[in-house]
Amino acid sequence: MTDVIKLTAAETAARITNGDLTAEAVTEAHLARIDAVDEKVHAFLHVDREGALAQARAVDAQRAAGEPLGPLAGVPLALKDIFTTKGIPTTCGSKILEGWIPPYDATVTRKLKEAGVVILGKTNMDEFAMGSSTENSAYGPTGNPWDLTRIPGGSGGGSAAALASYQAPLAIGTDTGGSIRQPAAVTATVGVKPTYGGVSRYGMIAFSSSLDQGGPCARTVLDAALLHEVMAGHDPMDSTSIDAPVPAVVEAARSGNVKGMRIGVIKEFAGEGYQAGVVQRFTEAVELLRELGAQVVELSCPSFSYALPAYYLIAPSECSSNLARFDAMRYGLRAGDDGTRSAEEVTALTREAGFGPEVKRRIILGTYALSSGYYDAYYGSAQKVRTLITRDFQRAFEQVDVIVSPTTPTTAFPIGERTDDPMAMYLADLCTIPANLAGNAAMSLPCGLAPEDGLPVGLQIVAPALKDDRLYRVGAAVEAAFVTKWGHPLLEEAPQL
Amino acid sequence: MTVTDLLSYDEALAAYDPVMGLEVHVELGTKTKMFCGCSTELGAEPNSQVCPTCLGMPGSLPVVNATAVASAVTIGLALNCEIAQWCRFARKNYFYPDMPKNFQTSQYDEPIAYNGYLDVQLEDGEIFRVHIERAHMEEDTGKSTHVGGATGRIHGATYSLLDYNRAGIPLIEIVTKPIEGAGERAPEVARAYVAELRELIRALGVSEARMEMGQMRCDVNLSLRPNGEQKFGTRSETKNVNSLRSVERAARFEIQRHAAVLSGGGTIVQETRHFHEEDGTTTSGRIKEEAEDYRYFPEPDLVPVAPDPAWVEELRAALPELPLVRRQRLREEWGISDHEMQSVLNAGALDLIVATINEGADAAAARKWWMGELARHANESGTELADLPITPVQVARVAALVAAGDLNDKLARQVIEGVLAGEGGPDQVVERRGLKVVSDDSALGAAVDQAIADNAAVADKIRGGNLAAAGALIGAVMKLTRGQADARRVRELVLEKLGVQG
Repeated sequence: MTDVIKLTAAETAARITNGDLTAEAVTEAHLARIDAVDEKVHAFLHVDREGALAQARAVDAQRAAGEPLGPLAGVPLALKDIFTTKGIPTTCGSKILEGWIPPYDATVTRKLKEAGVVILGKTNMDEFAMGSSTENSAYGPTGNPWDLTRIPGGSGGGSAAALASYQAPLAIGTDTGGSIRQPAAVTATVGVKPTYGGVSRYGMIAFSSSLDQGGPCARTVLDAALLHEVMAGHDPMDSTSIDAPVPAVVEAARSGNVKGMRIGVIKEFAGEGYQAGVVQRFTEAVELLRELGAQVVELSCPSFSYALPAYYLIAPSECSSNLARFDAMRYGLRAGDDGTRSAEEVTALTREAGFGPEVKRRIILGTYALSSGYYDAYYGSAQKVRTLITRDFQRAFEQVDVIVSPTTPTTAFPIGERTDDPMAMYLADLCTIPANLAGNAAMSLPCGLAPEDGLPVGLQIVAPALKDDRLYRVGAAVEAAFVTKWGHPLLEEAPQL
Repeated sequence: MTVTDLLSYDEALAAYDPVMGLEVHVELGTKTKMFCGCSTELGAEPNSQVCPTCLGMPGSLPVVNATAVASAVTIGLALNCEIAQWCRFARKNYFYPDMPKNFQTSQYDEPIAYNGYLDVQLEDGEIFRVHIERAHMEEDTGKSTHVGGATGRIHGATYSLLDYNRAGIPLIEIVTKPIEGAGERAPEVARAYVAELRELIRALGVSEARMEMGQMRCDVNLSLRPNGEQKFGTRSETKNVNSLRSVERAARFEIQRHAAVLSGGGTIVQETRHFHEEDGTTTSGRIKEEAEDYRYFPEPDLVPVAPDPAWVEELRAALPELPLVRRQRLREEWGISDHEMQSVLNAGALDLIVATINEGADAAAARKWWMGELARHANESGTELADLPITPVQVARVAALVAAGDLNDKLARQVIEGVLAGEGGPDQVVERRGLKVVSDDSALGAAVDQAIADNAAVADKIRGGNLAAAGALIGAVMKLTRGQADARRVRELVLEKLGVQG
């Protein structure tokens, strides 16, 4: 059965469809794997054993009845605990939502169920997706399967760790400033942030509404594409979702080829703060692209230097408003309601007890940035920077088809190393944030291990909005070339758990 | 309650010039809420018309109600506003338990409609132009019921109940520019403006605008400045003034209160005030020590609203005749004075009269019945004219019977009485009460003979050429026929039988 958990999602689905495997057996194998390793990894906050098996059996019954199965029917998936799941706890990594059972499914959840995907459970994350290490979860950190004393990235560390430890072949994350891509980079998995508006945000608990984007996580580029196609598309419940056909990502992933493509390398994504081994593997990846027939163009995007500060004004501003609803009145934690206190006091005590320090820090930051007298200087200026970054991207995409960079400046750092230094923590998203600010599509995939620490390095690919298929075309070509070069997928070099 | 010092109204106006700002919230009559599909029906079980979105559940998102946008544009056009070609919603952030997200989705510096005016007509027919600053879209809050306190307000309450059925109902907030130059007529202008706005909203069919149901709510902002001064004084904001009469009274009270404070050397505190229906006073609500900081920013969960100019023009072309224009047209058609028209309006008779005319009555008759007999009934029974159990169709039928000579006025009044008493329609009442005018000569002849016999002296006078005396005999015939005789025919018969030329 160990074989089953190492299969790709595409292979698993094919074997279920042709009758080699039952969805139930696949689900059982993954539940057994969770039982065996998750005590160490702590990827899951909640495992929905019964629900998963019921869904698997339904898929098997569907097949037995001769009904056609979707391309991912019966494939297990780990869902980030930021998506609402009807009847299943959803905490968003926060104490303030402990015990909350949503009365409705997120659109993504609904689409997964309709596609016959088996949701194994909900994965750990930084509280309200605020963080780059999953250490900000109110329910304890997740270990990186490459080295359990190191962070698995964040905020979607649980989803990435579940993939890297073979607890699930598919996972879903959300990416506000890099929360899909950075965990993918440090765990040698594949993560995609679709174009903003490509995937419905309905039922995805908001951190920063104008930046948040749900996306697929997998161990291969093709698996990510298959999941992308299932979860994406216009949703009338989310007015910011794009009313256009989903880009042909699966087709692109099946025909990886970079011959004749123009690939941009951004000057500003280098220098101080970049680990030598990361730069080395990235440079080799660029060389590989050249060998594969791509034309590499060096570009400058001067506004990118302001991306991080702009992000840390816009995201906290929006979150200060988005998180105001957690007031103890209608759902979630209620603290101090002893019959003597006013509603205001109960709200204050609940927020004091329910939110962790990073969430409080950002709420305070955002409240300040939006205050009258400061709005123009902070939120207003940050929006202008956002426009400049978008223009930088537009100019760049006049010259190139995609842009590549390291996903994150360093490999996975030790748990606890940056918890007292928020600025150091924020730097983990240096390369990923610009794509969120501009709404572009972006992917991270493995490009080797850093020689100095033997830990995975991620290659980021950024495409213009609505051109998500380019990520998969380039990603599939790079993946195939690397696997040929290494003789196996990089993840096979991870230590046994 | 503390007694507030007031200056007499005349003294106040002798020294000070009032400036007003009126903010009116109108709940739109859309079937569903502003940002979700929940019903807006009033009177449902508390918290039965709610969903993840209007409860502010984690993960939920708003979607704009297209009908509400159309209503907002229509209101803007009717208020002679410019319509934004591109505008956004904004979040108004503040904590309050009846607001599920702890921000209200509203509009801030990009209202859908701005820079308009509404002409309002005062009692004496004078037209006063009220300039409109803006009309913007937003959502209503839930409803808090504070239990255990003496006043029903939160102060002193032991607990509060929350009903979120109202949360998310579409609102249009219409804000005037400072209303200057109304002088002593400021309270009247305030009332006339709200009344005109209510008529307008109803005529547009976007809301029933029933103030007693909270579908239309008014905040009266008022300040005084010494006569001749340009600079505005400090204002008070009297919240939720919910009837036309109260709007006028609140403005009047605040003028007198401000004047008393100012003339006593005091200063006005910028604060919100509560209006009390019972005695027409206001009391201090919460003091705004500093301007409240709502931390407005553009709502990132919604895409901008960009009304297509062609669509706006379609809405403009579809605007109905606006109330003031319609009233002026009708006034001319009916040939009545401004004052008479004002009485019709005050009685709430306009639409009833128009409907009666549409059913075939002539204007004078329709007006006569509604403003006379029926208005008297409404007054006596303390009901609105429109709520009387008689329809324009029935009134038109009565008028038709009179015009055909089948009823005289006296009989017609009895028919109306019968209809109001629930005896059926006009024809049924005529039938059942036997109220037809008698003009049949054989039936009348006997009554005339009887009258002549009973009043020989009068008959002699008539025979002697005193035609004026005929009235007494006609009266006697009417008495004998219980008023059902056709008076004109009776006169002819009397003269004929007495051999006198009429």
